[in-house]
Amino acid sequence: MTLEASVPALRADRLGKQYGHVWGLRDCSFEVPAGSVVGLVGPNGAGKTTLLALTVGLLAPTEGQVAVFGEPSRAQTEGTLARVSYLAQDHPLYRNFTVGDMLRFGRSMNPRWDHALALGRMEALGIPLARKIKALSGGQQAQVALTLALAKRTPLLALDEPVASLDPVARLEFMQDVMAEVADKGLTVIIASHVIAELERLCDWLLVLTGGRLQLSGPLDGLLAGHAVLTVPRQTQDADLPGAVLSRTDSDRHSTVLVAADQAHVAAAWQPGWLSEPAGFEQLVLAYLRRPPVAAPAGRSMVGEGTAR
Amino acid sequence: MFRFRLDGSSGVPPYLQLVHQVRQSLLLGYLREGDQLPTVKEVAGDLAINPNTVVKAYRQLEHEGLAAGRPGQGTFIIGTLATPSEWASEALRDSLEKWLRDAAEAGLSDEAVTALIAAVRHDIAQQVEAEHVEAEGRVG
Repeated sequence: MTLEASVPALRADRLGKQYGHVWGLRDCSFEVPAGSVVGLVGPNGAGKTTLLALTVGLLAPTEGQVAVFGEPSRAQTEGTLARVSYLAQDHPLYRNFTVGDMLRFGRSMNPRWDHALALGRMEALGIPLARKIKALSGGQQAQVALTLALAKRTPLLALDEPVASLDPVARLEFMQDVMAEVADKGLTVIIASHVIAELERLCDWLLVLTGGRLQLSGPLDGLLAGHAVLTVPRQTQDADLPGAVLSRTDSDRHSTVLVAADQAHVAAAWQPGWLSEPAGFEQLVLAYLRRPPVAAPAGRSMVGEGTAR
Repeated sequence: MFRFRLDGSSGVPPYLQLVHQVRQSLLLGYLREGDQLPTVKEVAGDLAINPNTVVKAYRQLEHEGLAAGRPGQGTFIIGTLATPSEWASEALRDSLEKWLRDAAEAGLSDEAVTALIAAVRHDIAQQVEAEHVEAEGRVG
């Protein structure tokens, strides 16, 4: 294995950011391997945008650090800005520029700019270079913004709610292009999104933030394998269930519980009459989002059983 | 060229949906030995799904002996699936027919038959799983 392949695309060590008296993000530690598509999930105000802004070098951390391909991100430095493409929610473009002007602007700002890629995408999408940005549809503006991000030719692409304002067809077309680029160039992508159902098909790595704390982090397959949905008699105590109980729905005679336990743990605690099913993506994410924000034990973020470490 | 589709609301993991579609098309004869499957990039771009999901599905198909990757060319169908009529021997078919007639006579609706089959299948899977765990425990 080459050195480059073993360096994580993202690595946060006790990363924290304080705004006045309030911590927007605290004690956040995780690693993500290169080539992953990371889903970043959390309620509004959970710290998603703070984490992205720290990663791409728009903000400086109060404590700890985040490194992109082994190099710590530093706020407002050319080195950091050149390694990461960041697409903010509102697709910042100069509305009075033409598409061609916007691309030339991108070229003048970025040393590794791939102008052929930018022109090729505009042609494939049928977006005329002479058209002004403000005359484009929302979907086309998003595609121009994505083109600016892709033509920078960075190994990491950070997307903050990139398709929140788009209609379903435009969303699909946008994500089709992102996924094709991941397949083609081995890009690492981090996507903050509220659309959980959409994330299931996009991401293979998951980060869940609530209240400025990392609640869950790991490869999706491992996280799903590390949880199970059990149907058990109502009188079953939480203490008799395998692993931590994340959510529990009680009926008159039976209860359905989501537990942080892999197959072996479930088998070890097994009682006749129990029913075990694999945990689903949406169920898992919602369970962690609904839990009250837990301050992680010192130095470590709370992680599920399936987390690879 | 074979095209995949994805149902986001089915609850079936995306990679399994891809595997099922290949198996189903083989059973129906829409996919045949020698056919080429779309590239990982084509499927990822077409369905807007994670390329690793496609890789996982193709690996599963290779594991099942249904597809094989040829370096620099792509992934091709190499296996066939016997259709249910070829599969089930006369005896198996006859016993199923007798069982279904008994069930109807006993007053079981189609839904009840489906539920009973699912329950028994689940029990068998649990037993197999338990034996598996036990066997692993002995080895370990």
